[in-house]
Amino acid sequence: MKIYEKPAAFYDEFSRKGGNVKTTHYCPGCGHGNIHKLIAEALDDMHLTEKTIFVSPVGCSVFGYYYFNTGHFQASHGRAPAVATGIKRANPGSIVISYQGDGDLAAIGTAETLHAANRGENITVIFVNNAIYGMTGGQMAPTTLLGQVTKTTPLGRQEDLHGNPVRMAEIIATLPTAHYVERVMIGDAKDIAQARKAIRKGLQNQIDGKGYSFIEILSPCPTNWGMTPVDAKKWLKEKMTQIFPVGLLKDTTEGQEGKWYRQFADFVPEKTDAYLEQLVDVGHLASLDGVSAPDGLQCKFAGFGGQGILTLGLMFAQLAMRAGSKVSWIPSYGPEMRGGTANCSVNIAQKRIGSPLAETPNLLVVMNQPSLEAFEASMQPGGLLIYDSSIVEKAPQRKDIRVVGLKASDMATELGNSKVANVILLGAIIAALDLYPIEFVKESLKGIIKKKALIDINLEALIKGYEMAARR
Amino acid sequence: MTTQLMKGNDAVIIGALAAGCRVYFGYPITPASEIAHAAARHFPALGGVFVQAESEVAAINMVYGTAGMGVRCMTASSSPGFSLKQEGLSYCAGAELPCVVIDVNRGGPGLGNIAPEQSDYFQVTKGGGHGSYRLITLAPNSAQEMCDLTFLAFDLADQYRTPACLLADGVIGQMMEAVDVPKARPVPFDHSDWAVRGTPETRHLITSIYLEADALEAHNLKLAQKYQRITENEVRFEEYCTEDADLIVVAYGVVSRLASSAIDLARQQGLKVGLLRPITLWPFPSQKIAQLAETTKVFLSLELNSMGQMVEDVRLAVNGKKPVYFVGHCGGKNFGCQEIVDLMKKYL
Repeated sequence: MKIYEKPAAFYDEFSRKGGNVKTTHYCPGCGHGNIHKLIAEALDDMHLTEKTIFVSPVGCSVFGYYYFNTGHFQASHGRAPAVATGIKRANPGSIVISYQGDGDLAAIGTAETLHAANRGENITVIFVNNAIYGMTGGQMAPTTLLGQVTKTTPLGRQEDLHGNPVRMAEIIATLPTAHYVERVMIGDAKDIAQARKAIRKGLQNQIDGKGYSFIEILSPCPTNWGMTPVDAKKWLKEKMTQIFPVGLLKDTTEGQEGKWYRQFADFVPEKTDAYLEQLVDVGHLASLDGVSAPDGLQCKFAGFGGQGILTLGLMFAQLAMRAGSKVSWIPSYGPEMRGGTANCSVNIAQKRIGSPLAETPNLLVVMNQPSLEAFEASMQPGGLLIYDSSIVEKAPQRKDIRVVGLKASDMATELGNSKVANVILLGAIIAALDLYPIEFVKESLKGIIKKKALIDINLEALIKGYEMAARR
Repeated sequence: MTTQLMKGNDAVIIGALAAGCRVYFGYPITPASEIAHAAARHFPALGGVFVQAESEVAAINMVYGTAGMGVRCMTASSSPGFSLKQEGLSYCAGAELPCVVIDVNRGGPGLGNIAPEQSDYFQVTKGGGHGSYRLITLAPNSAQEMCDLTFLAFDLADQYRTPACLLADGVIGQMMEAVDVPKARPVPFDHSDWAVRGTPETRHLITSIYLEADALEAHNLKLAQKYQRITENEVRFEEYCTEDADLIVVAYGVVSRLASSAIDLARQQGLKVGLLRPITLWPFPSQKIAQLAETTKVFLSLELNSMGQMVEDVRLAVNGKKPVYFVGHCGGKNFGCQEIVDLMKKYL
């Protein structure tokens, strides 16, 4: 008769166990043995053994790998659902069982448990609830009953000191993406038959891509309960079920399409190259005729957030990159961000950029008064300072630098878009430094500006700033 | 070759894509979040996986799951988040799982701030979790290296079956530079002899538990031998003007960039100074430093932390032969080039 056969999903001998390779490590009357057998029989009958990956975290469940002839992951305490997620997402065709005790699942691993369920991971969670910590020797578990004596509740669990037993199946069942939630028990033959059915349904859901299955199994722990196996089963059926009623809590898998099977595509280098290629937007460098790569520019761009000052720095850096220079652009962030100036440093060199900061800029562009006050003094003698005189009211004081002020914001408003003040300033920089032929800048901007509808107005702004500065 | 101006944090994901990684698990944190943003954009677009985990702890354990199948995967975070990953990294090291972890170092301890620091040197290079292990630690100092060293980290992780870490600072992560986008290349490693893949032949065991003393000692000795091989073969560094230097600055990340500019300034003033930049913080270029200790007069370790962390490794390498000084800034304060020149004058 079949029931006397050892399931093929078990190893013939438990050689990983070392010593007593014929028996398990579980205590007499422990429910884990029954549950293991139910799982092994299901794997046999459903032909799943070879594609199953069994995740065993910390607790009495840690030694799953002694017994099942499947792939195995030993996981850290509470993290089995996270490990199972990592396995299943990158290997959706495997069958993943997260086999956890109550301390693991309902205490240290509550977050992982809840969120794997909430993502609807297409896995099967087997939750062995024996109302106590077994492996560590009988301490209170999150599922310990009120009044139950454990090593850490020597006077019994009390609501006002320890809280109430946590009903995980009920909590999990509240999540829309927990598709199948049932509580069963290792009681009499009829109860075990129901547990067998639940385990199989949980595995079938996974095969069918029907998502997350959670099977809580009330399981006796005679050793740590301090009872005989017979009394333990009695206590389980009479006491535990009062707090943890068995039965189906939720099933939304019937008639479901199986959309929780998430695909994972193989790595194809050619596809990746093609993808990377389309990400890169410098496909069409402007003609480099007459364009030489600038060198030795240490620039600071500063103004209010929202004026496009950081973008101005970025555009300036992109132009230099297209002209063949090495460039770096870095926004200030942290304390400097407060107090009215957003700023960025841009460094441009032909060979190597050491410091990416602009401590002593030879180009300073400012769009508000605080920025001028913050950075004017740091400039190198002979450097160029360009400022928006629509906004900056007090003119720069230094006599040993070149200063160009233009009413960029007013000019931008006249053009019909106050946001292009920064590009007017860009035109002015190009002219004042005589950096590039204007045609190169125009062509480059067409590639740099992402919104095609804004290209015309930006080009207009560029020319305005360029001509204004060129006249000085 | 295609070139793109991009943030160091974005460059990490470009390097990862080219290396064949399409699995990312992470949790948001400034100043590392752009790495997650880029992964969320690009990995699923190529049929890969992006999961925003419920915590850093969950993220590294998801990595453990994917890595145990021999599939390239990664996570990224910043200092407080990296602290949370330490348990999982210890498991990854113990179970010998190849994976890549990025730490964009911010200010600490505790919540600290979001500004750049180099105060995670200890927790990354010394095996910050429980047990005896090391993380291969690469220290990029440009956006290009954020890309290239990420690619390299995947190869080293696979070659040695161990986690590899990129330890960057906030400046390198947030800075935009031109990056040459590398070509994607097939993954040249076969892990079928240990990886669990849900197939009949791969019913292996991924574990770090060894109950018997003999077995656990043997496992640890095997790991130690591996770390020894890495130490012998994978040290990487860059030298700048060290040949005739009387003073050698040791610095990594953004500080090495500042120091190189300071050296240019100092050399103009006739100061014989140079820079040794460790690219691998573990394994540390101890032999190179010991060699330089024969010729130079003094070492100066410049770091973005308050009490000096890397300086301890510099001192071990110099072994008392020459003076080794430390100067640090933290909390987001950084060195100025002129300040470094002044320090050089002070210690020469």
